Amino acid sequence: MSAIEHLPEIDNGLLRFLTCGSVDDGKSTLIGRLLYDTKTILADTLHAIARTSERRGLEAVDLSLLTDGLQAEREQGITIDVAYRYFTTGRRKYIIADAPGHEQYTRNMVTAASTANLAIILVDARKGVLTQTRRHSYLAHLLGIPHIVVAINKMDLVDFDRATYERIRGQYLEFAATLGIGDVSFIPLSALNGDMIVDRGERLGWYSGPTLLDILENAPTAHSERDERFRFPVQFVCRPQKAGDPKLHDYRGFMGRVESGEIAVGDEVLVLPSEQRTRIKAIEIYGSSLPRAIAEQSVTLLLEDEVDISRGDMIVRAQESALVTRRIETMLCWLGETPLDPQRKYLIRQTTRETKAAIEAIDYRLDINTLQRMPAERLSMNDIARVFFKLAQPLCVDAYAENRSTGAFIVIDETNNNTVGAGMIL
Amino acid sequence: MSALALRQHATLSHLDWLEAESIHILREVAGQCANPALLFSGGKDSLVLLRLAEKAFRPGRFPFPLLNIDTGHNYSEVIDFRDFRACQLNERLIVRSVEESMRRGTVVLKSPDESRNKHQSVTLLEAIAEFGFDCCIGGARRDEEKARAKERIFSFRDEFGQWDPKNQRPELWDLFNARVHKGENIRAFPISNWTELDVWQYIEREQLDLPSIYFAHKREVVRKNGLLQPVTELTPARPGDSVEELSVRFRTVGDITCTAPVESTADTVTRIIEETATTTITERGETRLDDQTSEASMEQRKKEGYF
Repeated sequence: MSAIEHLPEIDNGLLRFLTCGSVDDGKSTLIGRLLYDTKTILADTLHAIARTSERRGLEAVDLSLLTDGLQAEREQGITIDVAYRYFTTGRRKYIIADAPGHEQYTRNMVTAASTANLAIILVDARKGVLTQTRRHSYLAHLLGIPHIVVAINKMDLVDFDRATYERIRGQYLEFAATLGIGDVSFIPLSALNGDMIVDRGERLGWYSGPTLLDILENAPTAHSERDERFRFPVQFVCRPQKAGDPKLHDYRGFMGRVESGEIAVGDEVLVLPSEQRTRIKAIEIYGSSLPRAIAEQSVTLLLEDEVDISRGDMIVRAQESALVTRRIETMLCWLGETPLDPQRKYLIRQTTRETKAAIEAIDYRLDINTLQRMPAERLSMNDIARVFFKLAQPLCVDAYAENRSTGAFIVIDETNNNTVGAGMIL
Repeated sequence: MSALALRQHATLSHLDWLEAESIHILREVAGQCANPALLFSGGKDSLVLLRLAEKAFRPGRFPFPLLNIDTGHNYSEVIDFRDFRACQLNERLIVRSVEESMRRGTVVLKSPDESRNKHQSVTLLEAIAEFGFDCCIGGARRDEEKARAKERIFSFRDEFGQWDPKNQRPELWDLFNARVHKGENIRAFPISNWTELDVWQYIEREQLDLPSIYFAHKREVVRKNGLLQPVTELTPARPGDSVEELSVRFRTVGDITCTAPVESTADTVTRIIEETATTTITERGETRLDDQTSEASMEQRKKEGYF
């Protein structure tokens, strides 16, 4: 916890955000612009893309080439996968999850959204709110991203017209209300010119709100906004029992990460699913003791009483128990190439726990373009559905809307061990 | 942004966040894998990994041995430091060398002076088979290279050690899937989300010792294609080369034949951080002779089992 003393220039933590839109919306140019204007792009990289731009007969350096990825992708002219990019402003470090926007890539968007605390949804000012915009917004909302920024891009192509911006803003708000999306900001941009990204530019004088970078610099990081219940899934039990060190003979440390909330020495805790009660004797990390631990901190907990705990158990505060259940209602996104077969058993991993699971019912499949509910017998890749599971072993869960850690799970196909589904507990 | 935010809760600084995420990843490897190993070269990224492993598992021992694939062409300062650090931590170090693979005939060089760097893949796969490792923990970062930007934190390799970018497991939340069948393998990258600057800031904060060649020192070099080629027994000056003695440091340390130093007078971590924050050239662009040969060379090596 000493970083703050040593690194006064960065004290505002780390923000993970997601950009969604297709190449046509100028997403790659936007990311290129953020990296370029924050001086993340270094001379040799810039030199390489300048050369490629020239070879392709372009007049200016094409910043979208920065996010050009793998050989396999260049051959097919598409983006296969989520790419992660990094930049820092000195005040804050950023991780961008860059998800391709093609129709067939819901699975990438869901993957990228799962760790993001903010989403930038790109809209082409000439085209307004499209089916794709709705799909991206729904998925961002489904994955529980608390902050949505609608970036109305290519303002240079509509002559920086304020009425166009206001019309798109109105369209979006109307549709956001039907989804229940609460926190949305809007910003007019020209990623190509760099207007309103880091610098304000000269043609958007009628817009008095923050620049995109201002929005990012001031957005709340995960876990900073609301009171959360303490959740500590046990990852690993440490029993060193070193011969020559009697102090360590009885040492039993429960290692894990605080997924949400916080805990202090002396707090009364409950171990789930067994419901044994005890108190926190000490909180340790690498030989030093802490008075308390906060969300996202990896620590070792020592308990007052000898209780039987292993990987997969969860420690919670005594007054804030989680639901221990062998049946879950979920929204499931199918990611596997092989369709979900309701006859089969799958493996579910939630926190550090694993259990076999059977499909009790597929309630409906959601058409994410129209948001209509359709009956479904099986699920194909990129389908989103409401599914009920029966579990062989109990899980300790919260609703995903309450807790993105204990409400999330993945589905594994044991025949090839692939991750084939991503689920959110209702 | 949010008018509804009632009060701000304490959150972690960026370095604390990265550290906590990496510890979480290391503990997931320990919790999910039966027989993992940590790839340790003595270089700065793997030294950061060792500190993270200490934070993850002390007062216990590491639940994995350290494994080094030695090309036989490494700087002796780095090899000595590797042995010293493993001994200091009282952890088990396994060394397997490309030269053994050459003697076995499984590595055949095209010419005696061909770089052995890419042949490490063969020796690594042989070591994985010999010990039955189901997971190798490595210090690769996504900011290093574009083929790494799309790499998973838990990266699946088939029984030939191949990375197939089109067939990677989706990775959601922090729910990692390290399940493999016999013969298959996971490469786990706990510092995926770190940048070169983060690594140096962490080295400073944790006061980690490094091999001396990371700091400015005098060395004979030859300028070649914009890079500084060190003059060594393996890479002697050729007729017509103009040898200069410059103050240099290494930004990355790897096989002598493919790692170039940079001109620098930075002799402390703090000075290196200043240089890193203001440099204009990427880490690999400035120092790696092997990544420049083709736009896709890292991607190609990874498909062949490189870590």
